[in-house]
Amino acid sequence: MLPDRRGHFGPYGGRFVPETLMPALLELEREYRRIRRDPEFRRELAWYLREYVGRPTPLYFARHLTERLGGPRVYLKREDLSHTGAHKINNTMGQGLLARRMGKKRLIAETGAGQHGVATATVAALLGLECDIYMGTEDIRRQRLNVMRMRLLGARVVPVQSGSCTLKDAMNEAIRDWVTNVRHTYYVIGSVAGPHPYPMLVRDFQAVIGQEARAQILRQTGKLPAVLVACVGGGSNAMGLFHPFRNDPVRFIGVEAAGHGLESGQHSATLVAGSVGVLHGALSYLLQDPWGNIREAHSLAPGLDYPGVGPEHAFFKDSGRAEYVAVTDEEALEGFKLLAQTEGILPALESAHALAYLKRLAPEYGPEDSIIVNLSGRGDKDVEAVADILEKELGGK
Amino acid sequence: MNRIAQVFRRLKARGEKALIPFITAGDPDLETSRRLALTLARSGADILELGIPFSDPLADGPTIQAASQRALKAGATFPAVLELAGRLRQDLDLPLVLMGYYNPILQHGLEKTAREAAECGVDGFIIPDLPLEEAEPWRRAAVAHGVAPIFLAAPTSGPERLRRLGRLTRGFLYYVSITGITGARRELPPELAEALRELRRLVSCPVAVGFGISTPEQVAGLAPYVDGVVVGSAIVERVARLQGEALLQEIGDFVAALKAPLRPSGA
Repeated sequence: MLPDRRGHFGPYGGRFVPETLMPALLELEREYRRIRRDPEFRRELAWYLREYVGRPTPLYFARHLTERLGGPRVYLKREDLSHTGAHKINNTMGQGLLARRMGKKRLIAETGAGQHGVATATVAALLGLECDIYMGTEDIRRQRLNVMRMRLLGARVVPVQSGSCTLKDAMNEAIRDWVTNVRHTYYVIGSVAGPHPYPMLVRDFQAVIGQEARAQILRQTGKLPAVLVACVGGGSNAMGLFHPFRNDPVRFIGVEAAGHGLESGQHSATLVAGSVGVLHGALSYLLQDPWGNIREAHSLAPGLDYPGVGPEHAFFKDSGRAEYVAVTDEEALEGFKLLAQTEGILPALESAHALAYLKRLAPEYGPEDSIIVNLSGRGDKDVEAVADILEKELGGK
Repeated sequence: MNRIAQVFRRLKARGEKALIPFITAGDPDLETSRRLALTLARSGADILELGIPFSDPLADGPTIQAASQRALKAGATFPAVLELAGRLRQDLDLPLVLMGYYNPILQHGLEKTAREAAECGVDGFIIPDLPLEEAEPWRRAAVAHGVAPIFLAAPTSGPERLRRLGRLTRGFLYYVSITGITGARRELPPELAEALRELRRLVSCPVAVGFGISTPEQVAGLAPYVDGVVVGSAIVERVARLQGEALLQEIGDFVAALKAPLRPSGA
């Protein structure tokens, strides 16, 4: 199973980091490979996922959404119902327990939407670890509620005012902190991105989504789904859903953020419209100018607003195992409203991208087929942003 | 023989140590960088380190981050930096080393970068986000064109990696003085001298130390343990603060002061 011993998925992945961090990455990989096989660790993680996170999350048959779309049966993997309201906690729970086993006293993390920051701060509070969260000032402005949540949980939110003041810059700053405090600090990366072993480790912790979904759909329908659909920023919720189905005849669709439209240049569609390069420690697709400087990403969904993507997705793209598409801010808003009105669920704007793509996908399938959409997070955090836009729209009419 | 090796051999014969000043190419513009480089060379630099600006310099502190931003705004792309190096080579004999992150080099092409760098008279590259594990394609391309792939070693490396780094680096081994990012420090870690003494026992190549070094006193303190000292942020901070003739004057004086303790018997 990929990655190989050097952390490569085909040509992608690897460890492009300062020498100072190399020994820490080697130690992390060694410890992770040892600890993940330890039955005691597995029991401990399973216990926390069940009793604290609230797993398994339901695989919900969305009857009214199915009727509205008029084609395949749509199932929602309800990650929005897990503790803290998004899939991010699966990963931070695993990494938090790993950090504690490694004897680290302090967690740091980057965050965009704030979901990963909240999930890290939550686990830090639970396990009694010190916690600093790096967050771009632009995101702090957009996600005030999550900033407050992190502070209430006892974490320090460190504002990052460089570059575009968003997730990419927060990650730069988190890496700088890690380089400086590597001896006693554990860096909790929030996506299947970054240097090896993170893409592997985060994928393994998120794979619980796909493992549950696979068993649930077989139980509910007696057969595998035709398609899995998930939004892709860094790609952790998508990889978590896809990976356990990788040897099944199931189509994978990752939905990226086309922002204001691919032709506008203001988007986050790394796999659809980017090119290959190195960012944050891994070779993958990214958004860059002709000279290799990283371009700013844009998306209405702060969790997708990232110019890179996990290396295993790059590998899935090239090998054809997964397809990657992009939907605009406007389409995502339609997806948001669609789910709210048909099922009474407010999805995160990130997840709304996956929902929006159903309109294009549904006509290809009939009622005998099922589609699983990963509802990676709940939309409470986005209500303010969505309200602003809708009010402007209404005001203009 | 490579210019870098010649410099270390010549200095060693005299009991002298190398001063390696750093500036970000294109900060605030390419012409100022050219004049600064000439000033550095005249004032006591033995090897010149030119930074290739990059949008996401994750091994750098605020001073060099800001310099990178200024340079990018002024249009200093990687090809423009190579061109600057080529122009400097017409006026200068001292070794030119480029310091830059991997992605711009990867986009330019490893083979093409090594070939063009050699043609421009660039002697070596320091790539802070390219550790041994990923460096082999670049190392081969660089060595084939006579350009030195200069590796960084860190306080966290440990004896086994230090030995390997010492074997694979060319020109010199760049020892990072602190667990951290670039930027002037008032105090260097007390264990640094011992770490350098230990490094000496493990590697036979020339060793230069950098990160955080900002005063002639610090340079003097480190001189006995190394073959060269890199000073970056303390110079870049002056570039940000001053302009025109005042800038050149100040940089010239500062570099001369940094070099003084590296001459034989500190003369």
